[in-house]
Amino acid sequence: MNSVTSFIQLDSVRKVYRGQQEEFLAVSDVTFDVEVGELVCMVGPSGCGKTTVLKILAGLHSHEDGTVRIGSQSDSFDPARDIGMVFQQPLLLKWRRVIENVVLPAEILGLNMYEAKERARHLLDMVGLSGFAQSYPYELSGGMQQRAAIARALVHDPKLILMDEPFGALDALTREKMNLELLRIWSESGKTIVFVTHGIQEAVFLGSRVVVLTAGPARMADNFLVDLPYPRGLDIKTQEAFGGYTRRIYKLLGMH
Amino acid sequence: MDDGREKMRKWVLIIVMHLLAVLAWQAWITLGKVEPYIMPAPLETFATLLEFNEYQWVHNTMITSASVFGGFWLAVVVGVGLAVLFSWSRWLNDALMPLIVSLNMIPKVALGPIFIVWFSYGLGPNILIAFSICFLPILITTARGLGEVEPELIDLVRTLRASRWQIFTKIQLPGALPYIFSGMKVAVVLAVAGAIVGEFIASEEGLGYLMMQVQVTLDTAGMFMAVLMITAVGVCLYSIVLLLERLLVVSDARME
Repeated sequence: MNSVTSFIQLDSVRKVYRGQQEEFLAVSDVTFDVEVGELVCMVGPSGCGKTTVLKILAGLHSHEDGTVRIGSQSDSFDPARDIGMVFQQPLLLKWRRVIENVVLPAEILGLNMYEAKERARHLLDMVGLSGFAQSYPYELSGGMQQRAAIARALVHDPKLILMDEPFGALDALTREKMNLELLRIWSESGKTIVFVTHGIQEAVFLGSRVVVLTAGPARMADNFLVDLPYPRGLDIKTQEAFGGYTRRIYKLLGMH
Repeated sequence: MDDGREKMRKWVLIIVMHLLAVLAWQAWITLGKVEPYIMPAPLETFATLLEFNEYQWVHNTMITSASVFGGFWLAVVVGVGLAVLFSWSRWLNDALMPLIVSLNMIPKVALGPIFIVWFSYGLGPNILIAFSICFLPILITTARGLGEVEPELIDLVRTLRASRWQIFTKIQLPGALPYIFSGMKVAVVLAVAGAIVGEFIASEEGLGYLMMQVQVTLDTAGMFMAVLMITAVGVCLYSIVLLLERLLVVSDARME
C-alpha cells in the first residue's frame, strides 16, 4: 500500500457506543485509504456503521482504537475548513434565500462575503440552479434543494466532501439524474468525496472505489477499485463488469 | 393579478361578515322588542361615543391600551429572554421550569387584591397582571422553538467549528421565530383579559373601570361600547403582531 501519500488513512478503526447497561459495537476494524480526487463509496445495510465512519472522518465522533489521519505532506488538511457535508435531508434554512443558504459555511468561517457570493453564484450555475439564487427553499423541489445543499458543501472550497446518503430521500428517477450530476460536479470540482449509501448499484455506478461494510457485527468486508472508465453514463449499468461488481457486493451482504 | 383578486375577495368577505353581524344584532333588538337595559341596539351603543365627557373614551382607551401593550411586550421580553437562558443552561431549565409551571397554576386574577396591597392602584399592577397571565405561553413556545433544531444541521455547522453564538443567531433564533409568534398570538388574548380584570379590581381609570362604573346605572349601552373598545384594543395589538410576523417570518415557516 502506498500509504505515505494517501490523503485519508483509516487503520483498524473501532468505535463502541456505550449505553447505560450495554455496549454496542458500531464500527470495527475499518481500514482503507483514500487518494486525493477519489470518489469512494461506502456501502452496506443499516447498522453497519457507515455513517459512524463518516462522522469520525468529519471529526464529529471520537473512536476507540486505530488511527485516522487526513491530509498528507503534499495536501495539507485543516479540519475546520476543509470539510463539506451533505446529508440525506437538504437541511436548508427556510428563512434564507438559496444563495444565502449556500454562503452559510463561508459566513461561519468568516470568509470574505463578496467573494463567497461570487463563488456561490458560480456553484449554483454548476449544480444547475442558475435562476434560483433568490428563491426560498420551499419553492424548490427535493432534488433542487439537494443541489443547493451540494453547492453549500462546496462554497468554502473544502478538500473533502462527505456525503451521507444524499439522494436517499429522492424518488428513483431523480436519484439517477442526481447521480449523473454528481459525477459531473465531481469531475468539474476535482474534490475528494466519501459517499455513504445503501444502494449497491449507486455505489458501483459512482465510486472509483467501493468499501463494503456489513452489519451484526459491524465490520469491513471488502475494499476494491471499480475499473469502469469515466465519464460514466447510465448505459454502463448493463455492462458485464458492472454486474460483476454488484454481484460481488450482494454476495458479501449475503443476498445472492 | 389572481393573487390580488383573491386578497380583495378575502377583505370584502371580512367586511361583509362584520357588517352582517351588526345588522343581525340590530334586527334582533328591533324585531324581538328587547328592553334596552338588557341589550342595547348597535345604534344606541355607538351613540354613547358622542357623550364624550361622560365616558372619557379617549382617556380610558389609552389607559387600557397602556396596560395591555405594556403587559404584553413585557411578557415578550421576559418570556423570550428566559427561554433563551434556559436553552443555554440545561441546569437552569431543569431547576426553574417546574417552578414556573407551578406558579402558572396560580389564578392570576386572585393576585389582583395582593397587587393592590403591594403596588396600590393604577397602571403598574394592571400591567403586572396582564404580564403574569400571558408570559408563560410565550416562554413555552419559544423554548420549544429553540430546541427544535435538526441535529444533523448542528453536525454540519460543528464541522465548520461554529461558535455557540453563531449557532444561536444564525440557526436557533431565526428557527424559533415562527414559534415565538404563535405564542405571541395566544398571549394577545390573554393580555387583554388580564388588563381588564386588573381594571375591574384595582384601578380608577380604564375601560374595565368604566364598565364597573356605568353598570351601577344599568347603562348597558355604555358597557357594550366599552367591550367593543376593549376588543378594538386587542384587534389592534393582534394586527401589529401579524404585521411583524409578516415582516420577519418567511411565509412558508409561519404557523397558523
